[in-house]
Amino acid sequence: MGIVVENVGKKYGDFVALDDVSLNVRDGSLTALLGPSGGGKSTLLRVIAGLEEPDTGTVVIDGEDATGVPARKRGVGFVFQHYAPFKHMTVRDNVAFGLKIRKREKAEIDERVRELLELVHLEGFAHRYPSQLSGGQRQRMALARALAVKPKVLLLDEPFGALDATVRKELRAWLRRLHDEMNVTTVFVTHDQEEAMEVAEQIVVLNHGAIEQVGAPQDLYDRPANDFVMHFIGPVAPLGKRWLRPHDLDILLEPEPGASEATVQHVLHLGFEVRVEVKVEGGEETWVQTTRDRARELELADGQQVWLRPAHDPVLEPEAAA
Amino acid sequence: MKGRLGLRFVAIGYLAALLAFPVGLVFYRAFEHGVDAFWEAMTTPDAQHAFWLTVEMVAIAVPLNTAFGVLCALVLVRQNFRGKALLNAAVDLPFAVSPVVIGLALILIYGRDGWIGDWLIENGIRVIFSTPGMILATIFVSLPFVVREVVPVLREIGTEQEQAAETLGASPLQTFFRITLPAIRWGVAYGVVLTTARALGEFGAVSIVSGKLSGQTETLTLLVENRFQRFDLAGAYAASVVLAILALLTLLSMNLLRPKEGR
Repeated sequence: MGIVVENVGKKYGDFVALDDVSLNVRDGSLTALLGPSGGGKSTLLRVIAGLEEPDTGTVVIDGEDATGVPARKRGVGFVFQHYAPFKHMTVRDNVAFGLKIRKREKAEIDERVRELLELVHLEGFAHRYPSQLSGGQRQRMALARALAVKPKVLLLDEPFGALDATVRKELRAWLRRLHDEMNVTTVFVTHDQEEAMEVAEQIVVLNHGAIEQVGAPQDLYDRPANDFVMHFIGPVAPLGKRWLRPHDLDILLEPEPGASEATVQHVLHLGFEVRVEVKVEGGEETWVQTTRDRARELELADGQQVWLRPAHDPVLEPEAAA
Repeated sequence: MKGRLGLRFVAIGYLAALLAFPVGLVFYRAFEHGVDAFWEAMTTPDAQHAFWLTVEMVAIAVPLNTAFGVLCALVLVRQNFRGKALLNAAVDLPFAVSPVVIGLALILIYGRDGWIGDWLIENGIRVIFSTPGMILATIFVSLPFVVREVVPVLREIGTEQEQAAETLGASPLQTFFRITLPAIRWGVAYGVVLTTARALGEFGAVSIVSGKLSGQTETLTLLVENRFQRFDLAGAYAASVVLAILALLTLLSMNLLRPKEGR
Protein backbone atom coordinates (compact mmCIF):
# COMPACT_ATOMS: atom_id res chain seq x y z
CA MET A 1 0.00 0.00 0.00
CA GLY A 2 1.10 3.60 0.19
CA ILE A 3 2.74 4.89 -2.95
CA VAL A 4 5.00 2.93 -5.28
CA VAL A 5 6.81 4.80 -8.03
CA GLU A 6 8.67 2.67 -10.56
CA ASN A 7 11.19 3.77 -13.19
CA VAL A 8 9.54 7.12 -13.73
CA GLY A 9 11.17 9.39 -16.31
CA LYS A 10 10.11 12.84 -17.45
CA LYS A 11 11.73 15.22 -19.91
CA TYR A 12 10.89 18.77 -20.89
CA GLY A 13 12.59 19.12 -24.24
CA ASP A 14 16.23 18.42 -23.51
CA PHE A 15 15.90 18.96 -19.78
CA VAL A 16 15.68 15.74 -17.80
CA ALA A 17 13.34 16.47 -14.89
CA LEU A 18 13.14 12.86 -13.66
CA ASP A 19 15.59 10.16 -14.60
CA ASP A 20 14.38 6.62 -13.92
CA VAL A 21 13.11 7.30 -10.41
CA SER A 22 11.83 4.46 -8.23
CA LEU A 23 10.47 5.05 -4.77
CA ASN A 24 8.43 3.37 -2.07
CA VAL A 25 6.34 5.43 0.32
CA ARG A 26 5.03 3.34 3.16
CA ASP A 27 1.32 3.50 4.00
CA GLY A 28 0.66 6.14 6.64
CA SER A 29 4.17 7.55 6.60
CA LEU A 30 5.33 11.15 6.44
CA THR A 31 7.91 11.58 3.71
CA ALA A 32 9.90 14.59 2.52
CA LEU A 33 11.18 15.03 -1.03
CA LEU A 34 14.30 17.11 -0.44
CA GLY A 35 16.65 18.67 -2.91
CA PRO A 36 17.86 21.83 -4.60
CA SER A 37 15.50 23.68 -6.93
CA GLY A 38 15.35 22.08 -10.34
CA GLY A 39 16.21 18.73 -8.75
CA GLY A 40 12.92 17.15 -9.80
CA LYS A 41 11.12 16.97 -6.47
CA SER A 42 8.09 19.03 -7.48
CA THR A 43 7.84 17.18 -10.78
CA LEU A 44 7.84 13.85 -8.91
CA LEU A 45 5.08 15.11 -6.61
CA ARG A 46 3.03 16.28 -9.58
CA VAL A 47 3.55 12.95 -11.35
CA ILE A 48 2.21 11.17 -8.26
CA ALA A 49 -0.79 13.53 -8.23
CA GLY A 50 -1.47 13.02 -11.93
CA LEU A 51 -0.94 16.71 -12.72
CA GLU A 52 2.04 15.74 -14.82
CA GLU A 53 2.24 12.71 -17.06
CA PRO A 54 5.50 10.76 -16.90
CA ASP A 55 7.18 9.74 -20.15
CA THR A 56 8.02 6.34 -18.72
CA GLY A 57 7.32 4.31 -15.61
CA THR A 58 4.36 3.59 -13.37
CA VAL A 59 2.74 5.07 -10.28
CA VAL A 60 0.79 2.81 -7.91
CA ILE A 61 -1.34 4.44 -5.23
CA ASP A 62 -2.83 2.33 -2.47
CA GLY A 63 -2.28 -0.85 -4.45
CA GLU A 64 -3.95 0.43 -7.62
CA ASP A 65 -2.10 1.32 -10.79
CA ALA A 66 -2.71 5.05 -11.17
CA THR A 67 -0.54 5.62 -14.25
CA GLY A 68 -2.72 7.27 -16.88
CA VAL A 69 -5.57 7.81 -14.42
CA PRO A 70 -6.60 11.50 -14.44
CA ALA A 71 -5.82 13.51 -11.32
CA ARG A 72 -9.48 13.85 -10.41
CA LYS A 73 -9.87 10.10 -10.07
CA ARG A 74 -6.69 9.40 -8.10
CA GLY A 75 -8.01 10.24 -4.66
CA VAL A 76 -5.08 12.47 -3.80
CA GLY A 77 -5.16 15.65 -1.79
CA PHE A 78 -2.83 18.27 -3.17
CA VAL A 79 -1.74 21.47 -1.43
CA PHE A 80 -0.13 23.94 -3.82
CA GLN A 81 2.85 26.07 -2.95
CA HIS A 82 0.76 29.23 -3.14
CA TYR A 83 -2.32 27.35 -1.90
CA ALA A 84 -4.35 28.06 -5.06
CA PRO A 85 -7.36 29.32 -3.08
CA PHE A 86 -10.58 29.73 -5.03
CA LYS A 87 -10.66 33.50 -4.71
CA HIS A 88 -14.32 33.97 -5.50
CA MET A 89 -15.44 31.53 -2.80
CA THR A 90 -15.62 31.83 0.97
CA VAL A 91 -13.44 29.63 3.17
CA ARG A 92 -16.44 27.40 3.72
CA ASP A 93 -17.10 27.00 -0.01
CA ASN A 94 -13.44 26.36 -0.68
CA VAL A 95 -13.39 23.51 1.83
CA ALA A 96 -16.76 22.19 0.64
CA PHE A 97 -15.75 22.18 -3.04
CA GLY A 98 -14.68 18.54 -3.32
CA LEU A 99 -17.75 17.38 -1.41
CA LYS A 100 -20.10 19.41 -3.61
CA ILE A 101 -18.48 17.92 -6.69
CA ARG A 102 -19.21 14.51 -5.18
CA LYS A 103 -22.83 15.60 -4.67
CA ARG A 104 -22.93 14.86 -0.97
CA GLU A 105 -25.96 15.75 1.14
CA LYS A 106 -25.97 19.33 2.37
CA ALA A 107 -26.17 18.29 6.03
CA GLU A 108 -23.21 15.97 5.58
CA ILE A 109 -21.18 18.70 3.85
CA ASP A 110 -21.95 21.21 6.60
CA GLU A 111 -20.91 18.73 9.27
CA ARG A 112 -17.67 17.75 7.52
CA VAL A 113 -16.71 21.36 6.78
CA ARG A 114 -17.32 22.34 10.41
CA GLU A 115 -15.17 19.41 11.54
CA LEU A 116 -12.33 20.36 9.20
CA LEU A 117 -12.36 24.05 10.01
CA GLU A 118 -12.10 23.06 13.64
CA LEU A 119 -9.20 20.77 12.82
CA VAL A 120 -7.27 23.58 11.10
CA HIS A 121 -8.36 26.20 13.66
CA LEU A 122 -10.37 28.32 11.23
CA GLU A 123 -13.78 27.97 12.93
CA GLY A 124 -14.47 31.68 12.94
CA PHE A 125 -13.39 32.27 9.36
CA ALA A 126 -15.98 30.24 7.43
CA HIS A 127 -17.52 33.27 5.74
CA ARG A 128 -14.35 35.12 4.92
CA TYR A 129 -12.78 35.25 1.49
CA PRO A 130 -9.20 34.04 0.91
CA SER A 131 -8.05 37.62 0.39
CA GLN A 132 -9.04 38.34 3.99
CA LEU A 133 -6.79 35.61 5.41
CA SER A 134 -3.12 35.64 6.35
CA GLY A 135 -0.67 33.36 4.57
CA GLY A 136 -0.74 30.76 7.32
CA GLN A 137 -4.54 30.76 7.45
CA ARG A 138 -4.74 30.40 3.69
CA GLN A 139 -2.43 27.44 3.89
CA ARG A 140 -4.53 25.75 6.56
CA MET A 141 -7.63 26.39 4.47
CA ALA A 142 -5.93 24.72 1.49
CA LEU A 143 -5.06 21.79 3.73
CA ALA A 144 -8.65 21.48 4.97
CA ARG A 145 -9.86 21.64 1.38
CA ALA A 146 -7.52 18.82 0.36
CA LEU A 147 -8.48 16.70 3.38
CA ALA A 148 -12.24 17.19 2.94
CA VAL A 149 -12.53 14.43 0.37
CA LYS A 150 -10.64 11.95 2.58
CA PRO A 151 -7.74 11.45 0.14
CA LYS A 152 -5.73 8.25 0.10
CA VAL A 153 -2.55 10.30 0.04
CA LEU A 154 -1.82 13.91 0.89
CA LEU A 155 0.73 15.74 -1.26
CA LEU A 156 2.14 19.15 -0.34
CA ASP A 157 4.33 21.27 -2.59
CA GLU A 158 6.70 23.46 -0.56
CA PRO A 159 4.03 23.80 2.12
CA PHE A 160 5.95 26.31 4.21
CA GLY A 161 7.89 28.04 1.47
CA ALA A 162 5.82 31.21 1.26
CA LEU A 163 5.49 31.82 5.01
CA ASP A 164 7.61 33.89 7.34
CA ALA A 165 10.00 32.15 9.71
CA THR A 166 7.93 32.08 12.93
CA VAL A 167 4.72 30.92 11.27
CA ARG A 168 6.74 28.30 9.45
CA LYS A 169 8.10 26.83 12.69
CA GLU A 170 4.61 26.64 14.19
CA LEU A 171 3.12 25.00 11.14
CA ARG A 172 5.85 22.38 10.94
CA ALA A 173 5.05 21.08 14.40
CA TRP A 174 1.36 21.35 13.68
CA LEU A 175 1.63 19.39 10.42
CA ARG A 176 3.45 16.59 12.21
CA ARG A 177 0.78 16.41 14.91
CA LEU A 178 -1.95 16.54 12.27
CA HIS A 179 -0.32 13.66 10.45
CA ASP A 180 -0.17 11.61 13.65
CA GLU A 181 -3.89 12.25 14.13
CA MET A 182 -5.05 11.64 10.57
CA ASN A 183 -2.61 8.92 9.68
CA VAL A 184 -2.88 9.63 5.98
CA THR A 185 0.14 8.85 3.78
CA THR A 186 1.78 12.24 3.34
CA VAL A 187 4.52 13.42 0.97
CA PHE A 188 5.82 16.97 0.99
CA VAL A 189 8.39 18.80 -1.07
CA THR A 190 10.99 21.06 0.49
CA HIS A 191 14.38 22.52 -0.31
CA ASP A 192 15.08 23.15 3.38
CA GLN A 193 17.00 20.27 4.98
CA GLU A 194 16.19 21.44 8.49
CA GLU A 195 12.50 21.38 7.68
CA ALA A 196 12.76 17.89 6.21
CA MET A 197 14.71 16.62 9.24
CA GLU A 198 12.26 18.17 11.66
CA VAL A 199 9.01 17.03 10.09
CA ALA A 200 9.59 13.85 8.08
CA GLU A 201 10.01 10.22 9.08
CA GLN A 202 11.60 9.43 5.77
CA ILE A 203 13.61 11.73 3.54
CA VAL A 204 14.14 11.26 -0.19
CA VAL A 205 17.05 13.31 -1.50
CA LEU A 206 16.63 14.25 -5.16
CA ASN A 207 19.21 15.91 -7.35
CA HIS A 208 19.36 16.33 -11.13
CA GLY A 209 16.18 14.31 -11.47
CA ALA A 210 17.55 11.24 -9.68
CA ILE A 211 17.27 9.90 -6.14
CA GLU A 212 20.56 10.23 -4.26
CA GLN A 213 19.43 8.51 -1.08
CA VAL A 214 16.36 7.49 0.87
CA GLY A 215 16.35 7.10 4.62
CA ALA A 216 15.38 8.32 8.06
CA PRO A 217 16.72 11.80 8.91
CA GLN A 218 19.29 10.32 11.31
CA ASP A 219 20.53 7.85 8.68
CA LEU A 220 21.07 10.53 6.09
CA TYR A 221 22.93 12.68 8.53
CA ASP A 222 25.13 9.96 9.97
CA ARG A 223 25.53 7.77 6.91
CA PRO A 224 25.17 9.86 3.76
CA ALA A 225 25.45 7.73 0.64
CA ASN A 226 27.60 10.24 -1.20
CA ASP A 227 29.22 13.59 -1.25
CA PHE A 228 26.09 15.39 -2.41
CA VAL A 229 23.94 14.09 0.44
CA MET A 230 26.72 14.76 2.92
CA HIS A 231 26.85 18.39 1.85
CA PHE A 232 23.15 18.90 1.43
CA ILE A 233 21.94 17.38 4.66
CA GLY A 234 24.17 19.15 7.15
CA PRO A 235 27.29 21.21 7.78
CA VAL A 236 30.64 19.83 6.59
CA ALA A 237 34.27 20.54 7.34
CA PRO A 238 37.22 19.29 5.28
CA LEU A 239 40.20 17.52 6.84
CA GLY A 240 42.86 16.03 4.62
CA LYS A 241 40.99 14.49 1.72
CA ARG A 242 37.81 13.72 3.62
CA TRP A 243 34.64 15.51 4.66
CA LEU A 244 33.44 15.36 8.24
CA ARG A 245 30.68 16.89 10.28
CA PRO A 246 32.33 19.84 12.07
CA HIS A 247 31.24 18.53 15.46
CA ASP A 248 32.97 15.22 14.69
CA LEU A 249 36.38 16.88 14.97
CA ASP A 250 38.11 16.81 18.37
CA ILE A 251 40.46 19.62 19.31
CA LEU A 252 43.53 18.43 21.22
CA LEU A 253 46.11 20.55 22.98
CA GLU A 254 48.84 17.90 22.69
CA PRO A 255 50.05 16.10 19.56
CA GLU A 256 48.88 12.55 19.03
CA PRO A 257 49.46 9.99 16.26
CA GLY A 258 46.99 10.57 13.45
CA ALA A 259 46.12 14.07 14.56
CA SER A 260 46.80 17.04 12.29
CA GLU A 261 48.56 20.13 13.53
CA ALA A 262 46.59 23.36 13.12
CA THR A 263 46.42 26.98 14.19
CA VAL A 264 43.29 28.62 15.60
CA GLN A 265 42.29 31.52 13.36
CA HIS A 266 39.17 32.67 15.00
CA VAL A 267 36.82 31.62 17.81
CA LEU A 268 33.15 32.53 17.29
CA HIS A 269 30.82 32.34 20.29
CA LEU A 270 27.25 31.70 19.11
CA GLY A 271 25.64 30.96 22.47
CA PHE A 272 25.66 27.26 23.18
CA GLU A 273 27.61 26.57 20.02
CA VAL A 274 31.18 27.73 19.53
CA ARG A 275 32.67 27.76 16.05
CA VAL A 276 36.44 27.47 15.82
CA GLU A 277 38.04 28.40 12.51
CA VAL A 278 41.40 26.74 12.04
CA LYS A 279 44.16 26.51 9.48
CA VAL A 280 45.63 23.03 9.19
CA GLU A 281 49.34 22.64 8.53
CA GLY A 282 49.74 22.78 4.76
CA GLY A 283 47.32 25.68 4.50
CA GLU A 284 43.92 23.94 4.43
CA GLU A 285 41.22 25.93 6.19
CA THR A 286 38.50 24.14 8.12
CA TRP A 287 36.30 24.62 11.14
CA VAL A 288 35.19 22.80 14.24
CA GLN A 289 31.87 23.01 15.97
CA THR A 290 32.09 22.57 19.71
CA THR A 291 30.21 23.50 22.83
CA ARG A 292 30.66 26.51 25.04
CA ASP A 293 31.84 24.34 27.95
CA ARG A 294 34.35 22.44 25.86
CA ALA A 295 35.77 25.67 24.40
CA ARG A 296 36.10 27.09 27.89
CA GLU A 297 37.88 23.96 29.10
CA LEU A 298 40.41 24.21 26.24
CA GLU A 299 40.85 27.96 26.82
CA LEU A 300 40.99 28.50 23.06
CA ALA A 301 42.43 31.73 21.78
CA ASP A 302 43.21 33.11 18.33
CA GLY A 303 46.64 32.03 17.08
CA GLN A 304 46.79 29.04 19.40
CA GLN A 305 48.51 25.81 18.34
CA VAL A 306 46.14 22.78 18.40
CA TRP A 307 45.79 19.26 16.93
CA LEU A 308 42.69 17.97 15.15
CA ARG A 309 41.48 14.39 15.27
CA PRO A 310 38.29 12.85 13.81
CA ALA A 311 36.04 11.87 16.74
CA HIS A 312 35.22 8.57 15.05
CA ASP A 313 35.49 6.89 11.71
CA PRO A 314 34.68 9.18 8.82
CA VAL A 315 31.03 9.14 7.80
CA LEU A 316 32.03 9.05 4.18
CA GLU A 317 35.02 7.15 2.86
CA PRO A 318 37.42 9.31 0.87
CA GLU A 319 36.83 7.24 -2.30
CA ALA A 320 33.13 7.96 -2.19
CA ALA A 321 33.76 11.58 -1.49
CA ALA A 322 36.05 11.98 -4.47
CA MET B 1 0.44 71.96 -8.85
CA LYS B 2 -0.06 74.15 -11.87
CA GLY B 3 1.27 71.40 -14.11
CA ARG B 4 -1.22 68.87 -12.73
CA LEU B 5 -4.13 71.26 -13.20
CA GLY B 6 -2.94 71.87 -16.72
CA LEU B 7 -2.90 68.14 -17.50
CA ARG B 8 -6.39 67.78 -16.10
CA PHE B 9 -7.59 70.70 -18.16
CA VAL B 10 -6.17 69.21 -21.33
CA ALA B 11 -7.71 65.79 -20.67
CA ILE B 12 -11.13 67.12 -19.80
CA GLY B 13 -11.06 69.77 -22.49
CA TYR B 14 -10.15 67.23 -25.14
CA LEU B 15 -13.00 64.92 -24.12
CA ALA B 16 -15.44 67.80 -23.88
CA ALA B 17 -14.62 69.25 -27.27
CA LEU B 18 -14.48 65.97 -29.16
CA LEU B 19 -17.01 63.80 -27.33
CA ALA B 20 -19.30 65.44 -24.81
CA PHE B 21 -20.17 68.56 -26.74
CA PRO B 22 -21.13 66.92 -30.09
CA VAL B 23 -23.07 64.11 -28.39
CA GLY B 24 -24.76 66.62 -26.10
CA LEU B 25 -25.73 68.67 -29.11
CA VAL B 26 -27.36 65.63 -30.73
CA PHE B 27 -29.40 65.11 -27.57
CA TYR B 28 -30.36 68.79 -27.59
CA ARG B 29 -31.42 68.72 -31.22
CA ALA B 30 -33.42 65.52 -30.75
CA PHE B 31 -35.55 67.10 -28.06
CA GLU B 32 -35.51 70.61 -29.50
CA HIS B 33 -39.12 70.34 -30.59
CA GLY B 34 -40.25 68.55 -27.49
CA VAL B 35 -40.59 64.96 -26.38
CA ASP B 36 -43.66 64.48 -28.55
CA ALA B 37 -41.76 65.16 -31.75
CA PHE B 38 -39.04 62.74 -30.63
CA TRP B 39 -41.65 60.12 -29.77
CA GLU B 40 -43.36 60.55 -33.12
CA ALA B 41 -40.08 60.15 -35.00
CA MET B 42 -39.30 56.93 -33.15
CA THR B 43 -42.73 55.28 -33.42
CA THR B 44 -42.99 55.21 -37.19
CA PRO B 45 -43.11 51.63 -38.50
CA ASP B 46 -39.67 51.99 -40.06
CA ALA B 47 -38.15 53.28 -36.82
CA GLN B 48 -39.80 50.52 -34.80
CA HIS B 49 -38.56 47.91 -37.22
CA ALA B 50 -35.05 49.36 -37.19
CA PHE B 51 -35.03 49.34 -33.39
CA TRP B 52 -36.09 45.71 -33.09
CA LEU B 53 -33.80 44.59 -35.90
CA THR B 54 -30.87 46.20 -34.10
CA VAL B 55 -31.84 44.51 -30.85
CA GLU B 56 -32.17 41.18 -32.64
CA MET B 57 -28.73 41.46 -34.21
CA VAL B 58 -27.14 42.36 -30.90
CA ALA B 59 -29.01 39.52 -29.19
CA ILE B 60 -27.55 37.02 -31.65
CA ALA B 61 -24.08 38.42 -32.29
CA VAL B 62 -23.12 39.16 -28.67
CA PRO B 63 -23.80 35.71 -27.15
CA LEU B 64 -22.08 34.02 -30.10
CA ASN B 65 -19.03 36.25 -29.86
CA THR B 66 -18.95 35.83 -26.08
CA ALA B 67 -18.93 32.05 -26.30
CA PHE B 68 -16.41 32.06 -29.13
CA GLY B 69 -14.32 34.74 -27.44
CA VAL B 70 -13.94 32.79 -24.22
CA LEU B 71 -13.17 29.59 -26.10
CA CYS B 72 -10.65 31.32 -28.33
CA ALA B 73 -8.98 33.02 -25.35
CA LEU B 74 -8.67 29.62 -23.61
CA VAL B 75 -7.03 28.15 -26.69
CA LEU B 76 -4.66 31.10 -27.06
CA VAL B 77 -3.58 31.12 -23.42
CA ARG B 78 -3.68 27.46 -22.43
CA GLN B 79 -2.54 25.63 -25.53
CA ASN B 80 0.58 25.55 -27.59
CA PHE B 81 0.43 24.60 -31.22
CA ARG B 82 1.78 25.48 -34.61
CA GLY B 83 -0.03 28.43 -36.08
CA LYS B 84 -0.99 29.91 -32.73
CA ALA B 85 0.59 33.23 -33.70
CA LEU B 86 -1.49 33.17 -36.86
CA LEU B 87 -4.72 32.62 -34.91
CA ASN B 88 -3.71 35.38 -32.54
CA ALA B 89 -3.22 37.78 -35.44
CA ALA B 90 -6.40 36.66 -37.18
CA VAL B 91 -8.47 37.59 -34.15
CA ASP B 92 -7.40 41.20 -34.62
CA LEU B 93 -8.33 41.21 -38.31
CA PRO B 94 -11.66 42.96 -37.74
CA PHE B 95 -9.76 45.78 -36.01
CA ALA B 96 -7.35 46.10 -38.88
CA VAL B 97 -9.64 45.71 -41.85
CA SER B 98 -12.15 48.44 -42.67
CA PRO B 99 -15.79 47.34 -42.14
CA VAL B 100 -16.52 48.26 -45.75
CA VAL B 101 -13.99 45.66 -46.90
CA ILE B 102 -15.57 43.13 -44.55
CA GLY B 103 -18.95 43.83 -46.10
CA LEU B 104 -17.56 43.35 -49.61
CA ALA B 105 -15.86 40.13 -48.57
CA LEU B 106 -19.16 38.75 -47.30
CA ILE B 107 -20.81 39.57 -50.61
CA LEU B 108 -17.99 37.74 -52.42
CA ILE B 109 -18.80 34.62 -50.47
CA TYR B 110 -22.54 34.71 -49.91
CA GLY B 111 -23.78 37.03 -52.67
CA ARG B 112 -25.03 36.18 -56.14
CA ASP B 113 -22.11 34.67 -58.12
CA GLY B 114 -20.39 34.39 -54.75
CA TRP B 115 -18.39 31.43 -53.53
CA ILE B 116 -21.32 29.58 -51.96
CA GLY B 117 -23.92 32.27 -52.58
CA ASP B 118 -25.56 30.66 -55.62
CA TRP B 119 -25.92 27.34 -53.89
CA LEU B 120 -27.50 29.03 -50.86
CA ILE B 121 -29.93 31.04 -52.98
CA GLU B 122 -30.96 27.93 -54.92
CA ASN B 123 -31.78 26.32 -51.59
CA GLY B 124 -33.86 29.29 -50.55
CA ILE B 125 -31.42 30.81 -48.09
CA ARG B 126 -30.86 34.52 -48.56
CA VAL B 127 -27.82 35.83 -46.76
CA ILE B 128 -26.97 39.04 -48.57
CA PHE B 129 -29.58 41.83 -48.48
CA SER B 130 -31.15 40.00 -45.59
CA THR B 131 -30.82 39.58 -41.82
CA PRO B 132 -28.37 36.60 -41.80
CA GLY B 133 -25.79 38.61 -43.76
CA MET B 134 -26.17 41.57 -41.46
CA ILE B 135 -25.73 39.35 -38.43
CA LEU B 136 -22.62 37.82 -39.99
CA ALA B 137 -21.22 41.30 -40.62
CA THR B 138 -21.97 42.33 -37.03
CA ILE B 139 -20.34 39.19 -35.66
CA PHE B 140 -17.29 39.84 -37.80
CA VAL B 141 -16.70 43.42 -36.72
CA SER B 142 -17.36 42.81 -33.01
CA LEU B 143 -15.40 39.57 -32.73
CA PRO B 144 -12.11 40.59 -31.07
CA PHE B 145 -13.42 42.33 -27.95
CA VAL B 146 -14.19 39.39 -25.69
CA VAL B 147 -10.99 37.59 -26.73
CA ARG B 148 -8.84 40.64 -26.08
CA GLU B 149 -10.43 41.32 -22.68
CA VAL B 150 -10.31 37.72 -21.49
CA VAL B 151 -6.78 36.74 -22.61
CA PRO B 152 -4.90 38.92 -20.07
CA VAL B 153 -7.23 37.88 -17.23
CA LEU B 154 -6.73 34.20 -18.04
CA ARG B 155 -2.96 34.74 -18.09
CA GLU B 156 -3.09 36.42 -14.73
CA ILE B 157 -5.17 33.81 -12.89
CA GLY B 158 -2.85 31.02 -14.06
CA THR B 159 -3.75 27.34 -13.90
CA GLU B 160 -3.24 26.52 -10.22
CA GLN B 161 -6.86 27.04 -9.19
CA GLU B 162 -7.98 24.81 -12.05
CA GLN B 163 -5.47 22.14 -11.09
CA ALA B 164 -6.64 22.35 -7.49
CA ALA B 165 -10.21 21.80 -8.65
CA GLU B 166 -9.02 18.85 -10.71
CA THR B 167 -7.32 17.17 -7.76
CA LEU B 168 -10.57 17.68 -5.81
CA GLY B 169 -12.43 15.60 -8.38
CA ALA B 170 -13.87 18.22 -10.72
CA SER B 171 -14.30 17.29 -14.39
CA PRO B 172 -13.02 19.74 -17.03
CA LEU B 173 -16.54 21.09 -17.51
CA GLN B 174 -17.15 21.49 -13.78
CA THR B 175 -13.78 23.20 -13.45
CA PHE B 176 -14.67 25.62 -16.22
CA PHE B 177 -18.05 26.62 -14.87
CA ARG B 178 -17.15 26.66 -11.18
CA ILE B 179 -13.59 27.99 -11.24
CA THR B 180 -12.46 29.45 -14.56
CA LEU B 181 -15.60 31.33 -15.55
CA PRO B 182 -16.12 33.01 -12.15
CA ALA B 183 -12.45 33.99 -12.15
CA ILE B 184 -12.62 35.68 -15.55
CA ARG B 185 -16.15 37.07 -15.21
CA TRP B 186 -15.13 40.73 -15.18
CA GLY B 187 -13.02 40.35 -18.27
CA VAL B 188 -15.98 38.65 -19.97
CA ALA B 189 -18.39 41.33 -18.76
CA TYR B 190 -16.22 44.12 -20.06
CA GLY B 191 -15.78 42.31 -23.35
CA VAL B 192 -19.56 41.87 -23.63
CA VAL B 193 -20.10 45.58 -23.05
CA LEU B 194 -17.61 46.53 -25.74
CA THR B 195 -19.01 43.90 -28.13
CA THR B 196 -22.53 45.19 -27.56
CA ALA B 197 -21.50 48.79 -28.09
CA ARG B 198 -19.68 47.87 -31.29
CA ALA B 199 -22.56 45.72 -32.57
CA LEU B 200 -25.07 48.51 -31.89
CA GLY B 201 -23.02 51.08 -33.69
CA GLU B 202 -21.84 49.06 -36.68
CA PHE B 203 -22.48 50.86 -39.93
CA GLY B 204 -20.04 50.15 -42.75
CA ALA B 205 -20.16 46.38 -43.13
CA VAL B 206 -23.87 46.15 -42.36
CA SER B 207 -24.56 48.97 -44.81
CA ILE B 208 -22.92 47.02 -47.64
CA VAL B 209 -24.64 43.67 -47.05
CA SER B 210 -28.04 45.03 -46.05
CA GLY B 211 -29.18 46.62 -49.30
CA LYS B 212 -30.73 49.30 -47.06
CA LEU B 213 -34.34 48.31 -47.53
CA SER B 214 -36.47 50.48 -45.26
CA GLY B 215 -38.59 48.43 -42.91
CA GLN B 216 -36.74 45.28 -43.90
CA THR B 217 -32.98 45.48 -43.57
CA GLU B 218 -32.57 48.86 -41.94
CA THR B 219 -30.90 49.02 -38.56
CA LEU B 220 -30.83 52.09 -36.34
CA THR B 221 -27.50 53.29 -37.75
CA LEU B 222 -28.79 52.87 -41.29
CA LEU B 223 -32.00 54.65 -40.30
CA VAL B 224 -29.92 57.59 -39.08
CA GLU B 225 -28.15 57.81 -42.42
CA ASN B 226 -31.34 57.35 -44.41
CA ARG B 227 -33.13 60.13 -42.57
CA PHE B 228 -30.11 62.37 -42.72
CA GLN B 229 -29.94 62.02 -46.49
CA ARG B 230 -33.64 62.75 -46.80
CA PHE B 231 -33.06 65.97 -44.81
CA ASP B 232 -35.16 64.62 -41.95
CA LEU B 233 -32.66 65.93 -39.42
CA ALA B 234 -34.97 65.75 -36.40
CA GLY B 235 -35.66 62.11 -37.20
CA ALA B 236 -31.95 61.39 -37.60
CA TYR B 237 -31.18 62.99 -34.25
CA ALA B 238 -33.95 61.00 -32.56
CA ALA B 239 -32.59 57.70 -33.87
CA SER B 240 -29.08 58.75 -32.85
CA VAL B 241 -30.27 59.42 -29.34
CA VAL B 242 -31.88 55.99 -29.12
CA LEU B 243 -28.58 54.42 -30.20
CA ALA B 244 -26.65 56.47 -27.66
CA ILE B 245 -29.07 55.56 -24.89
CA LEU B 246 -28.79 51.85 -25.68
CA ALA B 247 -25.01 52.09 -25.51
CA LEU B 248 -25.12 54.06 -22.27
CA LEU B 249 -27.49 51.50 -20.73
CA THR B 250 -25.00 48.77 -21.60
CA LEU B 251 -22.18 50.62 -19.88
CA LEU B 252 -24.37 51.43 -16.91
CA SER B 253 -25.55 47.86 -16.43
CA MET B 254 -21.95 46.73 -15.97
CA ASN B 255 -21.20 49.48 -13.51
CA LEU B 256 -24.30 48.54 -11.55
CA LEU B 257 -23.27 44.90 -11.39
CA ARG B 258 -19.71 45.63 -10.45
CA PRO B 259 -19.88 46.77 -6.77
CA LYS B 260 -20.85 43.24 -5.69
CA GLU B 261 -17.30 42.29 -6.51
CA GLY B 262 -15.89 44.45 -3.70
CA ARG B 263 -15.83 41.70 -1.09
